[in-house]
Amino acid sequence: MLILQILVNGLVLGGLYACIAAGFSLVWGVLNIINILYGSFIIIGSYVAYFTYNYLGIHPFLSVTIAAVVLFVFGYLIQAGIINRVVAAPVLTTLTLTFGLELLLNNSLLVAFTADYRKVILENPLGILDMGGIIVPLDKLATMALALLLTGLLYWVLNASRIGRGIVAVRMDREAAALMGVKVKQIYAITFGLGAVMAGVAGSVMSVIFPISPLNNIVFLSKAFVICVLGGLGSVTGAMVGGLTLGVIESFGGLIFGPEHAMTLSFILLILLLIFRPTGIMGKKGYE
Amino acid sequence: MRRLLLGLALIFMLVLPLWGNNYIIRLTTMMILYSVLSLSWNFIGGFTGYPSFATASFFGLGAYAGAISQLHGVPMYLAWIIGGLVAAVFAAALGLAILHLKGHYFAIASLVVAEVLREIVNSWTDLTGGGMGLNLPILRLDVDVQARLFYYSMFGLAIMTIIAASYVSNRRLGFGLRCIKQNEDAANMIGINTTIYKTSAFVLSAVFVGYAGAFYASWVNYIEPGDVFDILLSVKPIVMVLLGSAGTVVGPVVGAVIFLFLEEMVWRNFLTFHVGVLGLLVVCLILYLPDGLLAVDFRRFIHLKGSR
Amino acid sequence: MNPILQLQGVTRHFGGLTALDNVSFDLRPNEIVGLIGPNGAGKTTLVNVVTGAYRPNAGQITFDGKRIDSLKPYSISRLGIARTFQVVQPFPKMTVLENVAAGALFAAGAKSLESAKEHALEHLEFVGLAELADSPASALTLADRRRLELAKSLAMNPKLLLLDEVNAGLNPVEINQSLHLIRGLAEKGISILIIEHLMKVVMSACYRVIVLHHGQMISEGSPSKVASDPRVIEAYLGSRFAAQQKSNAL
Repeated sequence: MLILQILVNGLVLGGLYACIAAGFSLVWGVLNIINILYGSFIIIGSYVAYFTYNYLGIHPFLSVTIAAVVLFVFGYLIQAGIINRVVAAPVLTTLTLTFGLELLLNNSLLVAFTADYRKVILENPLGILDMGGIIVPLDKLATMALALLLTGLLYWVLNASRIGRGIVAVRMDREAAALMGVKVKQIYAITFGLGAVMAGVAGSVMSVIFPISPLNNIVFLSKAFVICVLGGLGSVTGAMVGGLTLGVIESFGGLIFGPEHAMTLSFILLILLLIFRPTGIMGKKGYE
Repeated sequence: MRRLLLGLALIFMLVLPLWGNNYIIRLTTMMILYSVLSLSWNFIGGFTGYPSFATASFFGLGAYAGAISQLHGVPMYLAWIIGGLVAAVFAAALGLAILHLKGHYFAIASLVVAEVLREIVNSWTDLTGGGMGLNLPILRLDVDVQARLFYYSMFGLAIMTIIAASYVSNRRLGFGLRCIKQNEDAANMIGINTTIYKTSAFVLSAVFVGYAGAFYASWVNYIEPGDVFDILLSVKPIVMVLLGSAGTVVGPVVGAVIFLFLEEMVWRNFLTFHVGVLGLLVVCLILYLPDGLLAVDFRRFIHLKGSR
Repeated sequence: MNPILQLQGVTRHFGGLTALDNVSFDLRPNEIVGLIGPNGAGKTTLVNVVTGAYRPNAGQITFDGKRIDSLKPYSISRLGIARTFQVVQPFPKMTVLENVAAGALFAAGAKSLESAKEHALEHLEFVGLAELADSPASALTLADRRRLELAKSLAMNPKLLLLDEVNAGLNPVEINQSLHLIRGLAEKGISILIIEHLMKVVMSACYRVIVLHHGQMISEGSPSKVASDPRVIEAYLGSRFAAQQKSNAL
């Protein structure tokens, strides 16, 4: 019974994780860039939710739209204006660049919002679902559902829209796509923007569960890493699989080792994966 | 011309403690320490082209190995050597585990190792003092004498590191590493045992850093996990090398000096925002100085007679 | 005379595809042997397996009396096997001289970088690239890059040289020069296995020819014998043409 509860907890968490990782995986898979700013993007999304709820009364599940717009513009501009200049450069260059950008961004967030932890406290919490002894807070369940829905939306966009097909084309073969008339640099900017959107909506949705502070950037970033390596790069399904898996592993790991070691646990898992099976569970090779 | 400049710099560094005050000496000792870090990173990152973020791991391991040794009665200089050796052995083992990875995967693996080590050290309270850190006894020497003692010790380490870098650069190992960097498949085919070469570079990137870590512990008398396994210890040397031009022998030192000078200026003027300004500096560096300072042709700014 | 290279039952799969299927042949010292076959026949895979880039799933490879099928590429190159790549693989930021010196230093075991560079210059003179010694490797024309590949392989002091389509993309004059070089190599005592599409090269330079098709060896012998072998004709031109040839001959 306990095991089932832990499992359910893990899956609920995992749905959220899938949403977090989907955007990160997209940028890594298509642009071959590790977006170190990702954690801070998530946090910006959370702040959008927090402030729109406290000052405008808009429920976080609705303010995802606002977060999406804000982050898309932000992400698009960063890619178009800055990162696009070095997009063909070696890993070291792009990694150091996004690292520098993150230092700038995170410091700005700290100065603007201070390091204080904030939480969105809903006036009308949804209550608890009791499934024969297994307890799931409805807010968390709703969060997970929304997260999965948004992830599914990304999947649909990638497969059904013209822009989406363009992104997939660039991921498969950049030169061929360019020869076909795809404006690669614009696709890059849109992709980065989409990645930022996913981060923002994840943050918005999560604001109901996790405390908000610029200090959390590393936590989210690391989770995104692990999920991408677990599930394989560049595909939404991979992020889904990886996210659910990590959620379950963390849940059980928290039970066995204690919650304070959760992050270390995922790191050790990451290292073991990288050493023995970098292609992850699904076995699809990502970009190097 | 270059040799003259280097010679002057050397002499300047040697006589600095004679007229500088303790603050300047301390600052310069830090500069030299960071030079050692960036020179070391250059072995694996600059020469071999593998983006290693493991410097913090080596530094932290060296710091704790040295500190724990000292607390068990080992004399200070020996403790420093132990720090270097522990880091080197760890690098050999880690290298065998992750050097077959490329690009991002290698970078992340090397980065995450420091976090894991930090957490292990944090939890192993019996051995390492855990989150409360380790206190080392202060040397019973005059403050001024101490400052100079540590200065010259670190200077000696830096000289050793430079000699190692120069030696590697001009010999078979350096040549092989450069081949690996430019085309690893071809390097394999041409008779280079890339595993051994890469691992050697990785170990070289660790041994001096480990020593520096142990030195640091003795110098500041107190270490804690978050301090010596700080991710910035991995990132700053990389930025310094990029600033000064990767793959050269002197570049890392130039980069370290300039970076730390800038950082000191920034720190004094932007207290709350200094990390952000550093980030901005990094961004500008990548965008506008992609090959580093030493690659810039300064002669373009000076008109020389008959140069057209 | 003992063969210098011996393949016995060598097989290599990639997923569901069998790239090499039970291939066996001998190479005798000082021979120039041609390896031909339609695209996708497994020729480059064969070279990759011999040089250690891939391990065979079955079978043995013996070089100069020693089993090499489980050795790593760097060991095999030190034993005396060198190869050229179809898509030339230089060290782009190094000079032509340094590229060749790398071969002398690591595979041939030169004592120092200086002596490696001296040997490198000799090899550059042999292939006719000595004037470009200090140019960066990335600045060469295609024909010169092929010569660089050759010089690099020679610097490795090989007993066996595997040439993978060295003549692709060259004009007739350059091909003749290339042929001249290859014959010169054989005279120096190096055994050569040459993968080729150009019949002219195969016919004039090779003592023997081996034909691969779908990973299997379908013919072996002198160039003229192989050229009239019905199985070879069928492989290249299809079974209808082969049947036509047969009926014409009757």
